[in-house]
Amino acid sequence: MAQVSVSFTVNGREVTATVDPRTLLVHFLREELKLTGTHVGCDTSQCGACTVHLDGRPAKSCALLAVQLEGCAITTIEGVAGADGMHPMQSAFKEHHGLQCGFCTPGMVMMGIDIASRHDAPSEETIRSELEGNLCRCTGYHNIVRSIAAGAQSMRG
Amino acid sequence: MSDRGHIPESRQREAPRADLKWIGRSMKRVEDPRLLVGKGIYTDDVNLPEMAHAAVLRSPHAHARIVSIDVSRAAALPGVLCVMTGADAAKVCDPLPTWASPPVLQPVIADDRVRHVGEAVAAVAAEDRYIAEDACELIEVEYEPLPPVVDPEEALTSTGDAVLHPERGDTNIALERTLSFGPVEEDFAAADLVIERRFRWPRSGGQPLETVGAVASFDEGAGRFTIQCNTSMYNYCGWMIASTLRVAPHKLNIVPTLAGGSFGSKMFVHKVPVLAAVLARAVGRPVKFMEDRIDNTTSCDNHASDRVYYAKLALKRDGTLLSLKTRIIDDYGAFLQFGVGQHGNALSQCVGPYRINSVEVDLAAVLTNKCQQGAYRGFGSEVANFVIERLVDAAADELGVDRIALRRQNFIRPDQFPYLIPTGNMYDSGNYQAVLDETLKLADLEHWRAQQTEARKAGRYIGIGVATCQERSVFSATEFWMWNLEQGVEWTSSPDGVSVKIDPTGKAFVTLHSPFWGNSPETVAAQVLAEQLTIDPADIEITYSDTDQGLNSTGPGGSRFTVMVTGAIVGAASQIREKMLRIAAHLMEADVRDLALEDGAVHVKGVPDMKMSIAELADKAHYYRLSMPDDLDLTSGLDATYVYDHPVTTLPDPDERHMGIFYPIMGHSCHIPVVEVDVETGQVHFLHYAAVHDCGTMVNPMTLEGHIRGGTVNGIGTALFEEFAYDEAGQLTTALWTDYLIPTIKEAPADIVVGHVETPSPFTEYGVKGGGEGGRMGGPPAIAAAIEDALKPLGVTIDSLPLPPSRLRALIRKAQGRAA
Repeated sequence: MAQVSVSFTVNGREVTATVDPRTLLVHFLREELKLTGTHVGCDTSQCGACTVHLDGRPAKSCALLAVQLEGCAITTIEGVAGADGMHPMQSAFKEHHGLQCGFCTPGMVMMGIDIASRHDAPSEETIRSELEGNLCRCTGYHNIVRSIAAGAQSMRG
Repeated sequence: MSDRGHIPESRQREAPRADLKWIGRSMKRVEDPRLLVGKGIYTDDVNLPEMAHAAVLRSPHAHARIVSIDVSRAAALPGVLCVMTGADAAKVCDPLPTWASPPVLQPVIADDRVRHVGEAVAAVAAEDRYIAEDACELIEVEYEPLPPVVDPEEALTSTGDAVLHPERGDTNIALERTLSFGPVEEDFAAADLVIERRFRWPRSGGQPLETVGAVASFDEGAGRFTIQCNTSMYNYCGWMIASTLRVAPHKLNIVPTLAGGSFGSKMFVHKVPVLAAVLARAVGRPVKFMEDRIDNTTSCDNHASDRVYYAKLALKRDGTLLSLKTRIIDDYGAFLQFGVGQHGNALSQCVGPYRINSVEVDLAAVLTNKCQQGAYRGFGSEVANFVIERLVDAAADELGVDRIALRRQNFIRPDQFPYLIPTGNMYDSGNYQAVLDETLKLADLEHWRAQQTEARKAGRYIGIGVATCQERSVFSATEFWMWNLEQGVEWTSSPDGVSVKIDPTGKAFVTLHSPFWGNSPETVAAQVLAEQLTIDPADIEITYSDTDQGLNSTGPGGSRFTVMVTGAIVGAASQIREKMLRIAAHLMEADVRDLALEDGAVHVKGVPDMKMSIAELADKAHYYRLSMPDDLDLTSGLDATYVYDHPVTTLPDPDERHMGIFYPIMGHSCHIPVVEVDVETGQVHFLHYAAVHDCGTMVNPMTLEGHIRGGTVNGIGTALFEEFAYDEAGQLTTALWTDYLIPTIKEAPADIVVGHVETPSPFTEYGVKGGGEGGRMGGPPAIAAAIEDALKPLGVTIDSLPLPPSRLRALIRKAQGRAA
């Protein structure tokens, strides 16, 4: 199959690559860039473990081809923390026990940051509604909701 | 010795106390930082130089002979390194490990016949996964279909071509046995009333977000495999994988990665590492095989109990429960990985929290054209909980008494512990009355009863369920013994080890010999060692051993981890403490009996200024041998290894009068959900949910509550949505998460109110009990009871799960049809 050249940014860094056009974004991130924080859970876009930010909005990277991203900006879980440690949303997940096995967590954190950026002081109801597309098998979601509410509050400062 | 066996003396060294500093604290998790920033290394995150990738061609048939396989086009595809069929695999490896006796032989790749949809037919190693998948599509297989066996009760009478393993005889019954404990017939003869019900428990599975994977490499020079994978029991029985691979056990090193959830499903992963390893040896390069979701749902180790019960509960008119008889047909799928260990497990607590005098279990384990069973949160005991709780509800209804009152009447009393149940297992301690009282308080029952009455007037259906369930923890090896027809694996050890080192600067290093599989092993180890050595958990570093370095350790399955690693750390820390005290006594010229370890220093009792810090003592221990007595116990360094045996087990009775003590660290829970059923749509909404658990002394209430809530939502999935459903042709119709419905945030209750009662175990260190499985062990019977209570005006009875809207509507329609 003819290879296709594509350029976009990942975590602020310019990436230009020649890829097989069928390459999924999640595989490109994990296999080519070795950004293994973005996970594959279900293969069918149910679970959201692969959630990244695409031009500032959450996207399931198992449902995107790398070649679709010409000129786009991708942020992964590895790109959200500042130089001084964890992002406030990551800290909130630690503080509120928002993770157990940690496999869904990168997707949950990326969703949490997005929810906080779109809702001022998101209510529990809002968080629950927004998280419909992200599955967690460990926590029963209770502490994820609490984590995102607290993370959103920290992000407001 | 009675017919139920005997109770050994406790070996507990550390009694529970009120003044503990770290145990009992909701300490933030040690595991979290690397997981939160995307730097946890799960199996799929392992990348080795020259690593190839595997994919598997899977059977589209439930049952068929393989007439021919042509791999030539696949092998010719550029980038393909190896295509392996069952015949090829059989030349280089033996059947997969099994605990069944007699065994049901399971090849890593199907040989001349496929026995379920999704069974491996060929495997490919290629430069990348995409090419490997392409190659699978180019493999041509000719099948000759055989009759599919799907219904477990029909499997009882299969013959001829419908038999999956003809070499075992002309039958699909893998094992059939009756075990009887106590005077069952006398008790039934004395009964005023016998409740009889048929129950159907559905095939569901742990389905963690991460599938099973392995990265294998083979060092030709050394003749040695290294396998990195997300397995659990590698330090207990990982060597069995070596046997399958036809190498000596020391020619295999299993290195654990983080596991992205297990819930039992990664307890003893066997197919995936073996497959990766045989391919790695064939291509001379490391090979990664990571199941995709269909690989996992169709051929994983985690389909769980799939049972039909014909159950009878004998009781007196006054409500006294007497005896329990069950005929069980369990659909094990195509192979028997753990034998019928799930039934041994269930016998640990099959009488629930009740005084029931005798028990009989008549089991038929049948083979069908489905994926094999493995382990899932409860390992069979959750089904026994469902059965006993449904029977007690039915008995109360039949007697016209309150369901809660009948439970109270039959509870084992606090003064009766330790208590031997008819099967011989011991309940170490408990206070079921207190747990029920606490739950009733949290559930606000009166309020909801009033709401229910009001709702019914308005044509709405609110129901309240109560389940009081056992939550056994700390399994031991003898759980597998009694069901075997022939002598099987008759191990009696199930220990866990730990290595602890204090370095010359006073920092502590713990090596765990069990893996992280989604629980909090590092947090538990840090809290217990901090408690033991009076140090700061931040000064403790925790790593995991591989099998090369590993001590005999059974792993976290069976809610073992917290109890066992606490015991191991107490053992190791006491050796280190003793050595520090001896060194301090010598250097401070004091009597060792006058010294105490407190706040990170050894000091002379009553003289707080005369002290040496752990860092000072560690420095002396490492570098100042000539300052010490010339005593063999004072070799340079400050470290200890300790293998902690199961705190209390006994041998099964040779005449099979009892099974011995095999699963004794007995927790308990009470779940009270309040649901509203929409009778028009069949949807179930949770209005309230209260759950109180007694897991003995709590090490970390925060993480325990996480397990309880998460496990309860697993239980909601089992009760309402999840089923590996096979159609008549043996096709798995729920192979993707589009159809296998694990609860989303919309299905999880907005809050599960969690409470605790702490009845310490007299047998474990600090009185800790395991608490990893209780949510799923208590949720389903409580939810079934709540739905039945909601639909009481319609006369609906709940005997089978799951209850998705379509099934509930069918039950409602049927009831309304009857009423009309």
